[in-house]
Amino acid sequence: MKRFYLWGVLLALLAPFALVAGPAVTGEVERQAINVTAIIMFLVFVAGTLGITYWAAKRTRSAKDFYTAGGGITGFQNGLAIAGDFMSAASFLGISGLVFASGYDGLIYSIGFLVGWPVIMFLIAEQIRNLGKFTFADVSSYRFGQTQIRTMAAISSLVVVAFYLIAQMVGAGKLIQLLFGLDYWMAVVAVGALMMVYVIFGGMTATTWVQIIKAVLLLAGATFMAGVALSTFGFSPEEMFRQAVETHPKALAIMSPGSLVTDPVNAISLGLALMFGTAGLPHILMRFFTVPDAKEARKSVFYATGFIGYFYILTFIIGFAAIVLLAQHPEFFKPEALAADGSVIKDQLVKGINGGTNMVAIRLAEAVGGNLFLGFISAVAFATILAVVAGLTLAGASAISHDLYASVIARGRSNETTEIRISKIATFGLGLLAIMLGIAFESQNVAFMVGLAFAIAASANFPVLITSIFWGKMTTNGALAGGVIGLISAVVLTILSKAVWGDVLGHVDADGKSVGLIALNNPAIISMPLAFFFIWIVSLLDHSEQAKRERHAFEAQRIRCETGIGAEGAVDH
Amino acid sequence: MQQDSVDAIKAHPRYQELVCSRKCFAWNLTVIMLVIYYGFILTIAFAPSLLGTPIAEGAVTTIGMPIGVAIIISAFVLTGIYVAKANSRFDALTKAIREDLQ
Repeated sequence: MKRFYLWGVLLALLAPFALVAGPAVTGEVERQAINVTAIIMFLVFVAGTLGITYWAAKRTRSAKDFYTAGGGITGFQNGLAIAGDFMSAASFLGISGLVFASGYDGLIYSIGFLVGWPVIMFLIAEQIRNLGKFTFADVSSYRFGQTQIRTMAAISSLVVVAFYLIAQMVGAGKLIQLLFGLDYWMAVVAVGALMMVYVIFGGMTATTWVQIIKAVLLLAGATFMAGVALSTFGFSPEEMFRQAVETHPKALAIMSPGSLVTDPVNAISLGLALMFGTAGLPHILMRFFTVPDAKEARKSVFYATGFIGYFYILTFIIGFAAIVLLAQHPEFFKPEALAADGSVIKDQLVKGINGGTNMVAIRLAEAVGGNLFLGFISAVAFATILAVVAGLTLAGASAISHDLYASVIARGRSNETTEIRISKIATFGLGLLAIMLGIAFESQNVAFMVGLAFAIAASANFPVLITSIFWGKMTTNGALAGGVIGLISAVVLTILSKAVWGDVLGHVDADGKSVGLIALNNPAIISMPLAFFFIWIVSLLDHSEQAKRERHAFEAQRIRCETGIGAEGAVDH
Repeated sequence: MQQDSVDAIKAHPRYQELVCSRKCFAWNLTVIMLVIYYGFILTIAFAPSLLGTPIAEGAVTTIGMPIGVAIIISAFVLTGIYVAKANSRFDALTKAIREDLQ
């Protein structure tokens, strides 16, 4: 029997927010025996994606090819790629594990992630396609001082990418160690190296296709799993819920909201970060430049919302079915969770599962599809991490080469060849950095990092982006003030919150429980309004000549934004 | 973009119509999504037991289940409504403006 004792070590990557994180990321992961099926399946995936990278490399010549796959991705393909960015190992393993542990609460989480998409569609998808070229800073700096706004946007992009990357790398290392039986450092180096190959040689074309393939594999795998699982209940959700309630230690409580959302302030704050953070993530926003025009941009959100929603319904079924089906497999549990007759003790269902609740989907794969399907799902989980880090790194590299180098340092006088070269060097540098940070943070608690990335995206990137699109009176100084305040307040409030002040810095109360200086778990409810307020007040007080010119330039920006006249790509074919 | 073409487009009646109708439509849909989502979150925060009501006498399934799934579907349907209107109405207006300018 494979045995490993892992208490929430995966939560760093797998549970995107400290809110769902149970025990801290600590301790050693006991290695699993090498899983040959999983490794073979994964090697097949790697061979396939390297083939695609080779094909993509031959087509990647201009900067437009490198950053945006030449703008030739269709709405449907881009929808799949966006869904792929979203259906991370975190959503798949983390949310199914959350459903397994607390039932209904898992659904609340998925809904929060999904509802940001319609808002992106209505307010920014077409607009950024019409206004931008390669990065979202193209849009937020459209009529403003290039140096200031691009520098600020590049810094906040890099901060978001860095936190997101560290969390992904640490999670990747632990997950791969667990699934494949590889050493932690080998897993981190493998992920970093493969990701560098995809991005440096294949640019956005390879990154997008890796993401599309992974999305299809994950959707197919999850559909199969949920289908087989549901068939054991005669395809009756009522029957599944009834048996789950009988099996689960929390009984009927799993059928209604539990402890995830306790007080309205934290609930709303988390909701804000989830909903608007998505609309400020650089690697997500960059996807809108890969389609030829606004029409394809809106189609891609439509497909993405459908795929993501469908996927979340599947993870919900997987989590609930696992409650019943895993309880019938005592071999998935620790010895102390078993009664004298070898069955699983009811109270030990959640605590006693080998590898923690984040392994629930993987275990269910084994239960419904045997070793072969277990290998398949493990390989897909690895592929998922790879695809997500590739997208993140490309977004970070673009911020360096397109925003910082081409627009700020070279002041628009660089040529495309140099810009692409800088971008590839930046990718290499970010890849190395990600590997080093991944190794450095191995035993650190990184659970707060994805939450922080979302909070910064919602507080620094999103307010500047949306006001620059819709508000004609905004000025460079206003954008700068709002963006900087949003970034700083999100970081500071996160440091003071329980996830960092208590869980990372080790401050505890009289009972030894970790505490924060402030009761807020996610800063968005304060940092987001602060950013908007400073954009508004500083813009209004700005009476400089430059401000006058910027306000005047709004009409032209709005026309291009609304009609696409003059937009990159929309006119050159 | 030249100032005179900015003025020309700005004065174009179709452009006015496009800006106005898209703005109303997009913000209305946004508000609908926000109301649905925050209605759900606030129900959880203030009256969680409401979602724990069984859908029928003796059933285990609670009304929270279909409501949750309905919210997921509503997000998809709202994006669909936007795409349908944008593909027909907004694109037609944009095309008319472009043709008039040539």
